[in-house]
Amino acid sequence: MIIDHPLLGPRDAAEFTYLGDATLINRPDPAAPDAADGFYEYLYLRDNPAGEHNELWYHEQGDRAWLVVSRNTLTHEITKVELARDVALRLGRDR
Amino acid sequence: MRYSALKVFTQGLTGNKGWKPVWREPDPKPQYNVIIIGGGGHGLATAYYLAKEFGIQSIAVLEKGWIGSGNIGRNTTIVRSNYLLPGNQPFYEMSMKLWENLEQDFNYNAMVSQRSILNLFHSDSQRDAFVRRANAMMLSGADAELASAEDLRRELPFLDFDNARFPIKGGLFQRRGGTVRHDAVAWGYARGADLRGVDIIQNCEVTGFDIKDGVCTGVQTTKGAIKAGKVAVCVAGSSSRVMAKAGIRLPIESHVLQAFVTEGLKPVLPGVITFGVGHFYVSQSDKGGLVFGGNIDGYNTYAQRGNLPVVEDVAEGGMAIMPMIGRARLLRSWGGLMDMSMDGSPFIDKTHISGLYFNGGWCYGGFKATPASGMCYAHLLARDVPHPHATAFRLDRFKRGYLIDEKGQGAQPNLH
Repeated sequence: MIIDHPLLGPRDAAEFTYLGDATLINRPDPAAPDAADGFYEYLYLRDNPAGEHNELWYHEQGDRAWLVVSRNTLTHEITKVELARDVALRLGRDR
Repeated sequence: MRYSALKVFTQGLTGNKGWKPVWREPDPKPQYNVIIIGGGGHGLATAYYLAKEFGIQSIAVLEKGWIGSGNIGRNTTIVRSNYLLPGNQPFYEMSMKLWENLEQDFNYNAMVSQRSILNLFHSDSQRDAFVRRANAMMLSGADAELASAEDLRRELPFLDFDNARFPIKGGLFQRRGGTVRHDAVAWGYARGADLRGVDIIQNCEVTGFDIKDGVCTGVQTTKGAIKAGKVAVCVAGSSSRVMAKAGIRLPIESHVLQAFVTEGLKPVLPGVITFGVGHFYVSQSDKGGLVFGGNIDGYNTYAQRGNLPVVEDVAEGGMAIMPMIGRARLLRSWGGLMDMSMDGSPFIDKTHISGLYFNGGWCYGGFKATPASGMCYAHLLARDVPHPHATAFRLDRFKRGYLIDEKGQGAQPNLH
């Protein structure tokens, strides 16, 4: 697989390590009354879809950027690559 | 028809014209006591033991494709019981004992071959870890034997003992481990189940569950609605997709594991050998091909094929312990889908929906578990209490904090 890095251009996926579903960006509020349930679901449960999947890849052997890659889990086709920072800011995180 | 040497002999004399198909192809009835979703090794074993050991009548196995078309036909055929943790090891040793008597039990030649499995170690600390593992294995009643490098030089002279980076310091043998003809396991269980009245319904995809007020009363399929007292999901590799139809999210990611086989060679490998540093395991099939594999590719996928970086990594693992493997040409490679769970261990449990049961999360260790998985799942379905050797495989163990994490990797499925 070739990941089209937003800053560096097309790179071999072997340069990256894989973390998993991009919902891991949305860490639950630890002060919420249901924080225990929230963190259980955040840490352990996954949608694991067949088809379009947004996922976190880390450019370990490159610029060490975290990327959100939209990839089809049935065909391995990559349709979109963004910096995870941009996605996080858009979701309302401050960094 | 019962198989025997006499039968083979007389059939040979009469042109082998008397063999019959060994399972029927029935249409689904409107209702069953138990519906098992998934006609793979585990599903068929569950049906077999439900009928044989627990006397349950009216069972159906629903299979989307044809039976044995999933991971039971895609693995590297290794059986072993060399686990460490209390929640796992007694279960796998139970499985090993069932393997040892399987062919007599279901009267089918599954080519169970206890040709031994050897886990190599390459450092003092790794030897200490293997000693601990060997003790855990023996506590569960399994066999374990520590071999020094000198022992191995006599037995397996072709290994690269003086590898500059990862010299071989010795190994942990389980002599009772080995290989089993994987397809024959599915066929043997299917035949045994069919003989006891189980309906095996192929090309029948489950499209939904009938769930009302927290009770599952049946399934919708491409061959119509079928009612059931109990619905047992057993579709490792696609567990998330099927359970999503019941609105259940699982602690599972789907990953692809590749396997490889070389051209046929004269006998060179006496048993199964695994590398202790990278991830590489190899055995030689009875046809002569070296069958080997390594790590999963490491990203979510439902494509039954992997990518080249893992092919390279597996080949490097092979070359590191067994340079002679470089002379063999690769014949085929393929991929299978793994339910990678959050702690590397499986599930055999009820769900919060009454009448709906779940078996899955086998990571890449499902094949060796086939008989015990079937037996324990059948126990749960028949008696509604877990089998004594499968009490730890609960779906809620992450919430309760009772993980069974052999590698200590945490909730990172692609590292298990």
